[in-house]
Amino acid sequence: MMAGSGLRFLVLILVVAICGAASVFQPISDSHRSAAVDVFVPVDGSYKSLEEAYEALKTLELLGIDKKSDLSSATCENVVKVLGSSSSTLKDAFYALSVNGILKCKTGEAVLKDIVSQLQAGVKGAKSLLDFYYSVRGLVLVKEQFSGTDLSLGDAEAIFRSIKTLSQTDGRWRYSSNNAESSTFAAGLAFETLAGVISLAPSEIDQSLIQTLKTGIQKLFDSIQKYDDGTFYFDEKSVDATQGPISTTASVIRGLTSFAASESSELNLPGDKIVGLAKFLLGVGIPGDAKDFFNQIDALACLEDNRFSVPLILSLPSTVISLTKKEPLKVKVSTVLGSKAPALSVKLAQALSSRSKDSSVINSQELKFDADSATYFLDSFPKNFDVGKYTFVFEIMLDDSANEKVYITEAQTKVPIAATGVISIENAEIAVLDSDIGSVESQKKLDLTKDGAVSLLANHLQKLRLSFQLTTPLGHVFKPHQAFFKLKHESQVEHIFLVKTSAKKSELVLDFLGLVEKLYYLSGKYEIQLTIGDSSMENSLLSNIGHIELDLPERPEKAPRPPVQSTEPYSRYGPKAEISHIFRIPEKLPAKQLSLVFLGLIVLPFIGFLIGLMRLGVNIKSFPSSAGSAIPALLFHGGIAAVLLLYVLFWWKLDLFTTLKGVSLLGVFLLFVGHRTLSQLAAASNKLKSA
Amino acid sequence: MVKSTTKDAQDLFRSLRSAYVATPTNLKLIDMYVCFAVFTALIQVAYMALVGSFPFNSFLSGVLSCIGTAVLAVCLRIQVNKENKEFKDLAPERAFADFVLCNIVLHLIIINFLG
Repeated sequence: MMAGSGLRFLVLILVVAICGAASVFQPISDSHRSAAVDVFVPVDGSYKSLEEAYEALKTLELLGIDKKSDLSSATCENVVKVLGSSSSTLKDAFYALSVNGILKCKTGEAVLKDIVSQLQAGVKGAKSLLDFYYSVRGLVLVKEQFSGTDLSLGDAEAIFRSIKTLSQTDGRWRYSSNNAESSTFAAGLAFETLAGVISLAPSEIDQSLIQTLKTGIQKLFDSIQKYDDGTFYFDEKSVDATQGPISTTASVIRGLTSFAASESSELNLPGDKIVGLAKFLLGVGIPGDAKDFFNQIDALACLEDNRFSVPLILSLPSTVISLTKKEPLKVKVSTVLGSKAPALSVKLAQALSSRSKDSSVINSQELKFDADSATYFLDSFPKNFDVGKYTFVFEIMLDDSANEKVYITEAQTKVPIAATGVISIENAEIAVLDSDIGSVESQKKLDLTKDGAVSLLANHLQKLRLSFQLTTPLGHVFKPHQAFFKLKHESQVEHIFLVKTSAKKSELVLDFLGLVEKLYYLSGKYEIQLTIGDSSMENSLLSNIGHIELDLPERPEKAPRPPVQSTEPYSRYGPKAEISHIFRIPEKLPAKQLSLVFLGLIVLPFIGFLIGLMRLGVNIKSFPSSAGSAIPALLFHGGIAAVLLLYVLFWWKLDLFTTLKGVSLLGVFLLFVGHRTLSQLAAASNKLKSA
Repeated sequence: MVKSTTKDAQDLFRSLRSAYVATPTNLKLIDMYVCFAVFTALIQVAYMALVGSFPFNSFLSGVLSCIGTAVLAVCLRIQVNKENKEFKDLAPERAFADFVLCNIVLHLIIINFLG
């Protein structure tokens, strides 16, 4: 027995390989709690719907914020009203019971009986997954809240089977038998519903059914998606799904938790994916949307306390080590909601420098534990720990004591760490050199830690050289991110040059002969400013070195002028000149009345034609009278009229290709009909001629 | 001399008119159709002369539709005229069918070009 339970509760190091980018995830903290108060407490004291009320109250309860007293009266009234009404929907009854579970409103016995019968009727007549969900979960809530009520679910196995028909082979579920679309969100709802059926069933459900469900869960985990930083999440397959990744993931986690809680046998879920799901939910940060917030906190609460595995998160309050302050590096290990972790030890397996990725500076250093603040810390760093960027690889080892729950962590947590320190600046000097020979004309030593008043003279045939040496606390040559040398003329024209760092020192040589055009041929006094900065450097500096008098030749005619320096430094962000576009001048059209007059005039010849026809005595006497010949004749004329109509439509709306299609069809028709009619006419006239 | 010219002209007109009256009705019908088409074209040209040829494609389309249908009607008249020995063997119904077909094609192109 002991071995069995020991085996069951023995916590093993689950070796999981997670490769990917290094990142830090923080458990739920007080910033979440203060944001929750802003998001979930309504301004006017009442919630828009029971669903919203439930989400808000559940989140506040899980985060440990007590705001119930202000809202409970109005919400409880709503709950009692819904539970008492016989015409409320299953969804409303479900959310009313959920809110009642949190607020514990006073409802009467008669109301209870009505609700139970309504929910039982709902189970019997359920047609879709949501109907089953609301009615079964409603009965579970009644069982939890009112002890001693008789809830018989009838034939639990039949209900289990009818819900099970909605499952699909890929692990997803359908919402109803009519709707062919499958959804991962629906899978979560289905697991919760089936868990409810199992817990309400009077006798054991057939194990084979539960086994098929577990296989379906494994299939669902095959469709899990992941990001590069080791987070896993569930999402819907279709692009226009109503549920996003947060709500889908939360739904699945809720379903798995209630399923694992409802039945006695083990539910084995892949540990790395559980940790990945926890990291995904924590990685969301503080959601702005109330629904996302509720889903995040609810899912994390399910992960915090479940029967398959509880993930532990390693987080660092600060990822910067200052070599001058000599403060220890603190590491916290907690559950996702920030509760205490069980007894464990944290080891720093490796500290990989960004410069030399293969060798590690620190190897297998165990961190000490401070029980008062529940943090692990590393206070001693090796002698060769220099400034720069590192990736620290932490490993957590859980103690082999009898834990009630199965805890799980990442095998290795990679955290980016920055080590900062004071960089010493030595041998800083500025010199003016003669261009041809390279001999030094004037040289001055600099103290870059404070502003100087160096004064130099140079003409365009000479060079300016600035050099200094930056060394880390351990004596290595330091290459800063930023080393800028700025020359600013009296007329506010500025020039910036980059100081290059080689293996031995940092140096900048300005050859004025080549720079004459860049400096716009401006002679005069230039202020010298030097900026050195880096993220690892605690003493970044900006120092005014002094000034230099430059003697440059006269500007030739074609040389570019210096840009006009506006007095306002922010004027370049002001409005720009308006662009006036030139459009094609539209053609002059004639007056409307003139066009209408000519439209009338056009009709005149046609009227003249008709009058002429009448005068001629034109008739349609030879239109065939017998049915056999009249029909083709009518069709022929009708066909011609149809072609003309098609042309009118073509002009108005259609395009050439549609018209060509129509014309070809009508043409073929006209061909047959016309041939018929005209041959009949020809035969008739031949008969007349011969007669 | 002038008097004889006018008398000759009048005689000419009278003889032409009497000869024309004798033509069959269907030919007169076609002649009227041609006149109708040509007059419509002339009115369009007058309009264009007045207001300018801005949508030139529309003007061309309209004028050529009238002229085209007039030409086709003239062809039909030639083929249908019983006195024309060249087309003795061609049935007038066949000529009419050609006329209809050519008009259909012409008007398709015209409508496309109308814009």
